[in-house]
Amino acid sequence: MEEKEVILSVKDLEIQFSLRGQVLTAIRDVSLDVYKGESLAIVGESGSGKSVFTKSFMGMLDKNGRVTRGQILYKGKDLAKYKTSKEWREIRGKEIAMVFQDPMTSLNPLKTVGKQIREAIELHQGLHGRAAKEKTLEYLRDVDIPLPEMRYKQYPHEFSGGMRQRAVIATAMACNPEILICDEPTTALDVTIQAQIIELLREMQKKYALTIIYITHDLGVVAKVADRVAVMYAGDIVEIGTSNEVFYNAKHPYTWALLSSLPQLGVKGEPLYAINGTPPNLFREIKGDAYAPRNPYALKIDYEARPPYFQISETHKARTWLLDGRAPHTAPPAAIERMLSKWKEVGTLERGSETENP
Amino acid sequence: MSAEAKQKILEVRDIHVVFGKGRRKFEAIKGVSFDIYKGETFGLVGESGSGKTTIGRAIIRINPITSGEILYHGKRISGRIDRETNRTLIRNIQMIFQDPMASLNERAKVDYIVSEGLYNIKGFSTEEERRQKVRKAMLDVGLPPEFATRFPHEFSGGQRQRIGIARTLIMNPELVIADEPISALDVSIRAQVLNLLMELQKQYGLTYLFIAHDLSIMRFITNRLAVIYKGKIVELGETEEIFKNPLHPYTRALISAIPQPDPLTERDRKVYRYDPSVHSYGQRAPEWLRAGENHFVLATPEELEAWGKEALRG
Repeated sequence: MEEKEVILSVKDLEIQFSLRGQVLTAIRDVSLDVYKGESLAIVGESGSGKSVFTKSFMGMLDKNGRVTRGQILYKGKDLAKYKTSKEWREIRGKEIAMVFQDPMTSLNPLKTVGKQIREAIELHQGLHGRAAKEKTLEYLRDVDIPLPEMRYKQYPHEFSGGMRQRAVIATAMACNPEILICDEPTTALDVTIQAQIIELLREMQKKYALTIIYITHDLGVVAKVADRVAVMYAGDIVEIGTSNEVFYNAKHPYTWALLSSLPQLGVKGEPLYAINGTPPNLFREIKGDAYAPRNPYALKIDYEARPPYFQISETHKARTWLLDGRAPHTAPPAAIERMLSKWKEVGTLERGSETENP
Repeated sequence: MSAEAKQKILEVRDIHVVFGKGRRKFEAIKGVSFDIYKGETFGLVGESGSGKTTIGRAIIRINPITSGEILYHGKRISGRIDRETNRTLIRNIQMIFQDPMASLNERAKVDYIVSEGLYNIKGFSTEEERRQKVRKAMLDVGLPPEFATRFPHEFSGGQRQRIGIARTLIMNPELVIADEPISALDVSIRAQVLNLLMELQKQYGLTYLFIAHDLSIMRFITNRLAVIYKGKIVELGETEEIFKNPLHPYTRALISAIPQPDPLTERDRKVYRYDPSVHSYGQRAPEWLRAGENHFVLATPEELEAWGKEALRG
């Protein structure tokens, strides 16, 4: 694989929140390199810390939360050291922009959609008057909003959910960002609209050479959009690899569990694979592997020591003791075997296992 | 399910639902008919605004229907009905709502939320009996009965949905209308709630009307499926039959939008968009045509033939 340029580099990040006099550790020593132009998906349940993690790139943590250790390196600067909103203003929108789950919360209901996109253009691209309007219409066309002249003058409530999300994407694009963070961009939308929005994001990525970080709990959506997948559990990345590696050769039992619980892989009449129990209490210090209490494959050591990363390939690693040479050989659960044999039939498994991502 | 065991419990006959009047009139449901058989899971799938929720709400009389009729065990339950029918209806048809964050009374304890239905129909004679019923319902949905003294905000999304299920279960219903019961939940919690619903169905012989926009869940949980588009059912049949042999272009579009956890297939997959202008219904309205045993589609005979050929070609 050719050398890729790292655009954002997170090193040993720890984020803590103080809540009612207690300290909650939301992110536990996470390191991650994001490459320029890639699309990276961060997958995990609610409470896994995936949103908190990415919010820290934009200084959008709640007031009671702060980075307690580690670095967030972006263009030679350490964002973890940023304090004032003046400093952050150099990053937000301009360098890193965000698209949220619910488009209604990110649009101002009192302003026309056109005006909101135009504001971003005036602020970030320095255009004014007619030029700004022309540019706004161009972005509306870019995100496939039909009748842009008419839509320009309309308010968000006159837009459907899918159209609103398109408008939000247009606003984000108008800031000309390097990195776009999409926090559950399609969860609130219909399946058909979901597919269209994902298609649109991919087009935008190509056209503007964007780096996209997707945050989602749905592995089904990830397969289409991501070059690389990072699986998060209890504030830690437990497995990361190229999309092919994570889907065709998952190693962490938590990744297995997430995949197995997809209804697409269910057998009618039989219960779907469900992850029992609840995520750990992050107020307490976690001993050993955070996933151990819910992990049917847990070993004795999982309760004693936190597993290190085991490298599976140059691009693929997982934090599980199952990969240690001394661990007993463990086969993935039945649902995973079923999924893999299905992909074998289609012929994608073989291709996906040998080739690296384009 | 064998043919002789099929007992119709609900018949929906050509119902229309209209909101507003005059120039602001909006016809949400334009003549929908279907039957639900005892013990099955019947799915209604469509995009937002298609009217699937309105149908569910019309059945439990939240949205009045403007024409047509709904029969429960052969007895009309739409329009004006007597008090006795209304009581049996409340008892026998219950609903689970989509958003467990919005559908529970924040100011009531779980004990009251779960037994509110019982209070309404005076479904218990002693306080002790009510407590026992709450206890049983809580255990049935996998919640410790001690949680009854807590408030909804103390629970996670999955647990709250369990409370939502417990309060329908306590009424001992025959038909449960589940309106997007898992859409607002995390993937791992979804599996738990789906499993719970299936378990309860087995245990109590429940019949479900399952409303969702996500076909991957529908394939997994439903026996029969109706695909609804803009207030009309466009295809109806056994779930597997519809997935193996989808005919209506809208159904095909929906199926093509199901994401698969397979990156290489996904990357090449073209999502097929439904364009209603492919139909030229100018001279001739589409009819309800039989496409196979227990498989119906809204089409003109010419269309049906053409779609059948397309399906053969794959």
